Amino acid sequence: MTQVLERPLAAGQQVHARPRLGRQALVQYVIAAVVVVILGYLVLSPLVYLVWRGLTTGEGLSLSNIAAAYSVSGTPTMVMNSFLFAFGSAAVSVVSGTALAFFCVRTNAPMKPLLYAASLIPLIVPGILFTISWVFLLSDDIGLINVVLRNMGLGFLHVDAFSMPGMILIDGMHQAPLVFLLMFAAFRATDPALEESALMSGAGIGSVIRKVTLPLVRPALLGAILISVVRGLESFETPAVLGIPAGKWVFTSQIFEALRTYPVRYDVASIYSITLLLLTVLGLLAVQKANSRSERYQTISGKGFRPRPMDLGAWRWPVSIVFAIYFVVVVLLPLLMLVWMSLMPFYQSPSAAAAGSITFENYERIFRNASIVGAVKNSAILALASATAVVLFTAVVSWLSLKSKIRGRKIFDLLASVPLAIPGLVLGVALIFIYLRSPLPIYGTLAILFIAYVTRYLPYGIRYTSSSLAQVSAELEDSARMSGSTWWDSFRRVVLPLMMPGIIAGWVYIVVVSIRELSSSILLYSHNTRVMSVTIWELWENGQTGELAALGVVMVAALMVLVAVAQRMGARIGVQDA
Amino acid sequence: MLYVENLRKGFHDDTRATRVMAVDDVTFTVEEGQFFTLLGPSGCGKTTTLRCIAGLESPDSGEIRVGDRVLYSGAKRISVDSNDRNLGMVFQSYAIWPHMNVFENVAFPLKVGKRRRTPKKEVTERVERALEVVELGHLAGRYATKLSGGQQQRLALARALVIEPALLLLDEPLSNLDAKLRDSLRFELKRLQREQGITTVYVTHDQSEALSMSNSIAVMQDGKVSQLGDPFSIYLNPQNAFVADFVGSTNFLDGTVTGQDADGWVVETADGPVTVGTVVGVTAGDRCIVSIRPEHIEVQTDVSGVGRNVFTGTIDVRAFTGESMAYQVKLGSGRLSCKTPAAQRLQSGKPISLYVPPEHAIALAPGSAVAEARSA
Repeated sequence: MTQVLERPLAAGQQVHARPRLGRQALVQYVIAAVVVVILGYLVLSPLVYLVWRGLTTGEGLSLSNIAAAYSVSGTPTMVMNSFLFAFGSAAVSVVSGTALAFFCVRTNAPMKPLLYAASLIPLIVPGILFTISWVFLLSDDIGLINVVLRNMGLGFLHVDAFSMPGMILIDGMHQAPLVFLLMFAAFRATDPALEESALMSGAGIGSVIRKVTLPLVRPALLGAILISVVRGLESFETPAVLGIPAGKWVFTSQIFEALRTYPVRYDVASIYSITLLLLTVLGLLAVQKANSRSERYQTISGKGFRPRPMDLGAWRWPVSIVFAIYFVVVVLLPLLMLVWMSLMPFYQSPSAAAAGSITFENYERIFRNASIVGAVKNSAILALASATAVVLFTAVVSWLSLKSKIRGRKIFDLLASVPLAIPGLVLGVALIFIYLRSPLPIYGTLAILFIAYVTRYLPYGIRYTSSSLAQVSAELEDSARMSGSTWWDSFRRVVLPLMMPGIIAGWVYIVVVSIRELSSSILLYSHNTRVMSVTIWELWENGQTGELAALGVVMVAALMVLVAVAQRMGARIGVQDA
Repeated sequence: MLYVENLRKGFHDDTRATRVMAVDDVTFTVEEGQFFTLLGPSGCGKTTTLRCIAGLESPDSGEIRVGDRVLYSGAKRISVDSNDRNLGMVFQSYAIWPHMNVFENVAFPLKVGKRRRTPKKEVTERVERALEVVELGHLAGRYATKLSGGQQQRLALARALVIEPALLLLDEPLSNLDAKLRDSLRFELKRLQREQGITTVYVTHDQSEALSMSNSIAVMQDGKVSQLGDPFSIYLNPQNAFVADFVGSTNFLDGTVTGQDADGWVVETADGPVTVGTVVGVTAGDRCIVSIRPEHIEVQTDVSGVGRNVFTGTIDVRAFTGESMAYQVKLGSGRLSCKTPAAQRLQSGKPISLYVPPEHAIALAPGSAVAEARSA
């Protein structure tokens, strides 16, 4: 399309500004404008409302909310506990995750497949289920492990789930797989030639590890520590299930309590949310700094290499026994406990006698319970809708930030990544503030949950879509344009199909995390918009552990099937390239 | 047919305050049915020029017309979208869509944009015809990524030709192929272009490709057209040191123009006077460089005869290239490259004399590009 503007230029005048836009370029700018508006609305409005609510009272701008929130009795202990919990669980997850990753990548220890499973499965099991099954493994009186230890006369080793050490241990175990994955990648990216040249220089294995291997992954390790601390601060499930009964309050449980009990303390909720947000933002900025330093350390060349595994010699089997114990404790025990609980009419410790009362009653009951079935349906609708919305929207956002010629296009990626720093509970608080009094009547509907999920998972969508779009060379799109296709045609018929592997992987991941989502949902649901994770929370509060476990088993099974199918499909869906 | 006038395109460079001019006041015309080549080293602006014609880059100023149709005009503020320019383009990577088969790749241009309503029957006919032209008809159902490099290149060509474009743009289409295949496809491409009678703009950094295929060549350097002409004039009458050096290989001798005689101009060099048939841009009293191609130097084993334009020296290094012998000959102060047929093998260290025919020697203004090229 041509656009002819009336005004001719004076002879010899140089045109350096871009004077006119073809229709296709205009289309780009229109799309960019729409995307910025949607992103800004999703990402920035909660933050603005949260801060606004925190810094104003009925009379206007004031700091009195801050004073009120921080004068609630027990605040100093709460802040202390928050950090103790966050750093403690980070220590557990970083030490175990890093050690496992090291042995997995860099040594010839057997039974590595167990570790892959141990790293994947806890990412699927929702935190609330993981924590609850640990209650039955580690609570002081009925916890299976504690009972066994007492019977063996090792009672002094026991840890109570309902205590700070218990909380730290359980949360740390749930986070360990994440650290494992991060460090796995870091160990893999180290060029073995760097170690080999140290060996050739005459260093022994021990000093190679100490002086070459570990320093090379130090930035990645720092990043993993910071991420674990941030996740510990954001963690809601463990502090709510274990911390509240134990009287060990942290930021998240305190925010939850402020909104749950009467009178509702919006001032406390908003100020603690802002505090938590500042902490997570600071943490993630530090992570970014660590990552940019690790780029400097990067030893990855274009060529792929397989790290040379070290020979553990006589230590091969002891190390793999540790792997096996880790697998049993972190993966198998909680799942088996869940299955056992689901088969009991009322909870009894696993024993031959109790096995006589095994029944499928709990499963029947959950399928007959209309509100549970409704919750399953709500979860399914929300997960499918938000995953689809996120991947399609972020596909466009990725295109704008990677391939468009708009100045300042990096802003799209940046905006879509902001929710990474917003804890789920904080987002929930902010959305309450927006929609409680908004003329848009979505408070208490599935729509508000949809908005929460889409906002939370934008960053995941962006990561998946932009990494797959980066693989699509610009000439593939240019040639579509030269063939006469409009922007939309080339996006739909060339770019999207080529991004499909990434889009599908991202879609599945977002479905999985949406179904697990608890910390935003718990603040935003109403009686007919319960989702599965919220139902589990309610069943826990009512002490209906049998139904809880049955629903949990169904949920975990469904998620595992979904992930397995997706992995199978992912291998086939890719471009038909040899 | 194609008119490019005063085209300019700059890019923003963070390390410099001003825009870097990738295309700096480029003007040329391509006649109907001609094979026109933009030739130059990487970074000279040839691909940017091509992308401006394609509409994939938006120029800063200038004008581009195909026939009577203005595709871009800075002054008239016109810019036609690349999908409406009706130009065919073959990319360096071929840009074959990996999620479509051969047929679908070629049919795509007939199913999108303004041509989206092409009747199915016509699509099939035109795609089949285009595939026949490039001899890929038998592979229509195959997935594009299962094709060899040469087949992909022909597929890209079929896809560009299927829309019957006003102009065919080729961006280094042979550079990703191995040497043997490149040679055969060179003739293939030339034959196709002539049979289809399609006006073609070809971008390459390979001077032998440019010389063997083109009707007309623009040698580019630093965003500017350095010389425009047919292959013979580009090779035999380079107008500046850059063209002489970039197209083919050549010897340079530094000297000063001293005067004119019956056979041409006399240039005084460190190794004695040399008469050159042509001078470009220099006159008596100017410093200059004399360009003489190795294959034009006549090698004589008889070192007694001293005459005009004869230099004596010793063979320093020799190399067998298959079709000929190449020598580096050390003169009194400079050195010259020359060739003999493979049958005439001269030993290293052998004293010889070299005759430089005046009609093949050109005196040019010394350019900075040459100094760079020589030190590289």
